[in-house]
Amino acid sequence: MIKRSVRFLESRVGSSSLVKKTLDYIFPDHWSFLLGEIALYCFVVLVATGIYLTFFFEPSYARVVYDGAYAPLRGRTMTEAYRSTLDLSYRWRAGLLIRQTHHWAANVFIAAIVMHLFRVFLTGAFRKPRDINAWVGTTMLALAVVEGYAGYSLPDDLLSGMGLAIGYSVALSIPVAGAWIGTGIWGGEFPGSDTFVDRLFIVHVLIIPVVIAALISLHLAIIVRQKHSQFRGPGRTERNVVGLRLWPAYAFRSIGLMLAVTGVLFLLGGLIQINPIWQWGPFEPYLATNGAQPDWYLGWLLGALRLMPGWELHVGSYTPIPNAFFGGLLFPLVAFALLYLWPSLERRLTGDEARHDLLDVPSDAPRRTAAIFAFATFLGIVFLAGSADRIAVQVHISYVLQIWILRVAALVLPVAVYYVVRAVCVELREESRITPVEGRLLEPGSQSEPGS
Amino acid sequence: VKWIVSLLVLLLGRGRRKAPAVPEPAPDRTAETLVIWLLLLVMLCSIAFAAFYVHDGNTQLLGLAIGFAFLCAAGASVLAASRLVPQEEHVETRPVLDDQAKADEAIATYSQGSARLSRKRLLLTAATGAGGALAGALVFPALSLGPNAVDVLSVSPWRDGRRVVDEAGRPILAADVAVGSFRTAFPEHASKELLSSPVVIVRIPERELALSDDRRDWAPGGILAFSKICPHAGCAISLFRYPSFEDTEPSPALVCPCHYSTFSVADGGSRTFGPAARPLPQLPLRLDEGGQLVAGGDFSGRVGPSWWKVRQGT
Repeated sequence: MIKRSVRFLESRVGSSSLVKKTLDYIFPDHWSFLLGEIALYCFVVLVATGIYLTFFFEPSYARVVYDGAYAPLRGRTMTEAYRSTLDLSYRWRAGLLIRQTHHWAANVFIAAIVMHLFRVFLTGAFRKPRDINAWVGTTMLALAVVEGYAGYSLPDDLLSGMGLAIGYSVALSIPVAGAWIGTGIWGGEFPGSDTFVDRLFIVHVLIIPVVIAALISLHLAIIVRQKHSQFRGPGRTERNVVGLRLWPAYAFRSIGLMLAVTGVLFLLGGLIQINPIWQWGPFEPYLATNGAQPDWYLGWLLGALRLMPGWELHVGSYTPIPNAFFGGLLFPLVAFALLYLWPSLERRLTGDEARHDLLDVPSDAPRRTAAIFAFATFLGIVFLAGSADRIAVQVHISYVLQIWILRVAALVLPVAVYYVVRAVCVELREESRITPVEGRLLEPGSQSEPGS
Repeated sequence: VKWIVSLLVLLLGRGRRKAPAVPEPAPDRTAETLVIWLLLLVMLCSIAFAAFYVHDGNTQLLGLAIGFAFLCAAGASVLAASRLVPQEEHVETRPVLDDQAKADEAIATYSQGSARLSRKRLLLTAATGAGGALAGALVFPALSLGPNAVDVLSVSPWRDGRRVVDEAGRPILAADVAVGSFRTAFPEHASKELLSSPVVIVRIPERELALSDDRRDWAPGGILAFSKICPHAGCAISLFRYPSFEDTEPSPALVCPCHYSTFSVADGGSRTFGPAARPLPQLPLRLDEGGQLVAGGDFSGRVGPSWWKVRQGT
């Protein structure tokens, strides 16, 4: 059948040379190259499960009295959004499985993107000519975080409402124009009307997914054009690419990975409860719960809002910079700006304008690796502040003390980490020069040391 | 740290040890049998999934069945990839990406477009202006997205004499509010959805009050009312810290569970910790003839998160 379709297409669109080229495409093999693929397959699962969910979910804030299968909430007034999500969990068979798999897939999706980003940065894969693809990837990470936030804001349970209240406050905190942007997005004052949930829904199920899908295509097209980067090794140079062809060896590996990712996500969705919205109850602006934790990928923003001291810029009777701006907007903007600028910054600092298709190991570039670890340490400490309240409950360290420790640590630790990691990398590099690691070639010209 | 770096180096270095390709060996019948068994398991798990769905739709069993179906298929695929198909390593040269001569050609073709122009800069300026004006005009429909913020963010339902009621709409008797208690209340006959509606009612011993002179009569019998919406990020203030041992614990305070902004109760809502930069708005209270709580006016400041004009007109 496949042979016949190849002939069928060849006689109509002359596609066989493209088919041959695709089948012959070479993938250098390394486990760390799979992180991006995991993210891709999570996206596939997200789209598939997401489409199923849209057939049941009602994006509406119209009020109804619940009379469904979950007894503790019977008789409560709630929105259609929350009611339909409860029905997905309790009324429709396999609904909870698909809903939880969707939620797990979102968490794994962003985790895989972040790991992939670390791989790309630690191995110098963002250098010319791949800087352009690093920008595409960073954009997808930002969109994925917004998409995840929009997704768990939809069910209108207590947690999603609290998250939206904070999002609204951050929107209001945009200097000068914030109030108009906030009430513009919400169609009025928080919590907004049906208009708002309609907007949120279309952003979540159409606009952002389509943009991400387009960027994935661009990301892959650029990779195919430039061909994969590879680690140094016997027979590998800046001018060639060594590895398995797509057909047959790599295709079966990659399909295997896709099936495995899907299988694991279904196991998670079936066995490990996530976002039990029935426990929180419906949202009202005057309700909140203690110890609420958002999805992990928002922990750094929660932490930043908490670590920020109570400063706010007041000029006369005006408030040009409200407090929420610092943690909720300035902090992520600076972090993402740094990610975008990193390739250009490194090029400027090292003066290395050359094209790189061979990857570094982290110890090859001590200053770069140290800077990445310092950056990650800073983000990690801010992230930790997002769970300081849970730590206070479980380990009995006062919340106030923790915040002060973390405030100091966020400023001091990254500097310490920078110097330690740099020293370790320099040492590792020296060692590997004296006694080459197995398979590691030290032929002249195969060594490039940016950032050292 | 050194350990982590070494581990990373070790892991990242692993892929480079692959030996070059050897001639393909004979068919691997064991692996073929294994793949067939795995595919049979996929069928079995799929049938189990359908059976669980029809039986009672148990989420755990459904997840187990479909999860293992996919994992067995994954196993079959990976096994096929590593044992059944040729493992030849191939080498290919990379495309040349930086052929500047080609870029010159493209630029030259592009430049032909303006070959006949005499006032190129003026035309370009006019085109930029036109584009900007058009884009600016198209921004106006976006103004319909929401009302004027100043209008909606300034509304408060609280007036002097407005009765304070609980969630069910019942008036609150001052005598029923115990010292150390915490409750949520609303203005009578107003929407509970408005951010400026909900208040928290707390009571502390009257001698502990430390209100400024202009608020002296805002807390009859030590009963105080504050906006329930945190002035930092709009969450509902749902924690009341009331010390049971005054010597060792800090003074009574209202705490927001989102970012732990902490507001002192006794002095009328000043911030003592956390990211909030404005005090918690206090609502003046008084008692009517029947001993029920009524508002003595509007809040001491504007309710809700900060914005450009949040400190105006209050």
